[in-house]
Amino acid sequence: MNATVTQPERSAPLIELRGVTKVYGSGTAAMAALRGVDLHIDRGEFVAVMGASGSGKSTCMNILGCLDTPTGGEYWFQGIEVGSLTRNQRALLRRHYLGFVFQSFNLLKRTSAAENVELPLIYRHTGAGRHAQAMQALQQVGLTGWEDHTPGELSGGQQQRVAIARAIVTQPVVLLADEPTGNLDSARSVEIMELLTSLNRDQGITIVMVTHEPDMAAYAKRIVHFKDGLIERDEARKEETCSR
Amino acid sequence: MLAMTLNALRLALRELRRNVMRSILTMLGIIIGVASVIILVTLGSGATKKVTQQIASLGSNLLMLSPGKRMGPGQSSGAAPFKLADAEAIARDVPLLAAVAPISSRSTTAIYANENWATSVTGTTEQYFPLSNRRMKDGRAFTASEVRLGAAVCVIGETVRTKLFGSQNPIGSRIRLQKLSCEVIGLLEAKGQNTMGQDQDDVIVVPLRTFQRRIAGNEDVSMIQVSVQDGVSTDRVRREITRLMRVRRHLSTTQDDNFNVMDMKEIASMLSGTTTMMTMLLGAVAAVSLLVGGIGIMNIMLVSVTERTREIGTRLAIGALEREVLLQFLVESVVISSLGGLIGIVLALLASASLAGLLQVPFVFNAPIVLIGFAFSAVVGVIFGYVPARKAASLDPIEALRHE
Repeated sequence: MNATVTQPERSAPLIELRGVTKVYGSGTAAMAALRGVDLHIDRGEFVAVMGASGSGKSTCMNILGCLDTPTGGEYWFQGIEVGSLTRNQRALLRRHYLGFVFQSFNLLKRTSAAENVELPLIYRHTGAGRHAQAMQALQQVGLTGWEDHTPGELSGGQQQRVAIARAIVTQPVVLLADEPTGNLDSARSVEIMELLTSLNRDQGITIVMVTHEPDMAAYAKRIVHFKDGLIERDEARKEETCSR
Repeated sequence: MLAMTLNALRLALRELRRNVMRSILTMLGIIIGVASVIILVTLGSGATKKVTQQIASLGSNLLMLSPGKRMGPGQSSGAAPFKLADAEAIARDVPLLAAVAPISSRSTTAIYANENWATSVTGTTEQYFPLSNRRMKDGRAFTASEVRLGAAVCVIGETVRTKLFGSQNPIGSRIRLQKLSCEVIGLLEAKGQNTMGQDQDDVIVVPLRTFQRRIAGNEDVSMIQVSVQDGVSTDRVRREITRLMRVRRHLSTTQDDNFNVMDMKEIASMLSGTTTMMTMLLGAVAAVSLLVGGIGIMNIMLVSVTERTREIGTRLAIGALEREVLLQFLVESVVISSLGGLIGIVLALLASASLAGLLQVPFVFNAPIVLIGFAFSAVVGVIFGYVPARKAASLDPIEALRHE
């Protein structure tokens, strides 16, 4: 049942948006959130997506995360046209290739850090070794020793680390982060950004991150600016500027 | 599919552990529903069994003649009593009978030494004992010649023995019944209460002639019991007896019977039919409470789905399939309901075991109703869990993640 996704081609570009449009509503009430977006993201990139609210960046992230499908145009993910997939096929794509980090963490309440991290493994039907994998992911985010704590017993920064551990425990191809530092103070934000940077640098996880704050975007290697449903500016940054 | 179900079970149990109090409260409806169904049906089958046992103890193929027209259940109009000759005529003229016993009784006080006890004394013949299935625990029954002679002997029941003699052996002692002083020659085996709740051991049996002469002071016979040979239709014998009695009582063809022939089996099956029907009725009423319990589950599950919208969104984003979310919530409600069912079964068995003792009915372990109760509780979980589970599974992950 979990083999219904067409096998992705490793050689194909990781993410390719071709003239993607997204229209909400219909007729006179129709509202175009995306008006023809072309975007190409390669493996190992660290992309920050910026833009005012209503610029279409969230819609674009939802499409990139296979949570939503384009109204027009094509979204190719590793050689698979996502727009033609069913709801379940997209779920399997998320399960096997994507990791999500949210602004509000979205951890399960009254559930230990380790169990939260194990959640995606349960859906992947990872049998034995699930706990060991979760512990390893927690170690990667620097939370060894906190595995039995529930979200209520952890600080915001620690909760976001648990969420990151949950996103990377399946070793995803792409990590999609939606304002991961939006609910954190600046010191915690810096910690989280450094963690994401190291995951990108050391493990080659492709990261696409939506953010409002230029300070946070500065950690990325590339910044894509959205305005009125279109990409306004796509700037690659030099390596040196990444570290402060 | 199995792996998916196991997964769902694991997730459901984790969820129940996270909300112990709420889970228990939700179960309560099912616990009460299942328990009441099982208790009522168990006690009901106990009552039915008791009635059936009493029917068997009455002796098979028993007919009972009483004077007076049958007006309705338990009522009869007054009419001339029978005489001993009627019983003798039946025994002589009606074929295929096993035994005929004329019976007369009245309440009286029995006295032994300083003890006295208000009881009822029955006058009959020696045929009474096999006919009504009464065996001797000690001593002997009176004989045909003792009946003929009107000997001053008696057979007592267990209750009378306890009240008059305590733990002493009564055989050979003399007790006093009004003007009659008679020797106790036998002790009846205890039989307990009859269908009407009368103590069948609170009795003294004396030969009919002794009774008529020394206690009643008349020749009346208040009732005649007749048992039919095995394999003979009681209906036919009943018709024969009715015909004979109409002649003996000089009834013209236009007159109604002024006596009544009852088939004990008919009464018994009617009684047990009534208890069975009552059991079913009460069980059905109790089943309604199970339904209410199911609605309670649906209510809680719907609240739970709304409360956990973001969680569901997270699961969907992580890659949970629609059917996995559906299964998780369905399994959750089935686990709640069937766990409630199990608890209800245990409580019901404990309660009905002690209630059976209290109500003096046998405790009948009714396996089918226990299984039905459990299956029903699980089915309730599926039915009432489906709508909430469907709702959870069809959530849009984007909307769900945005839910406050």
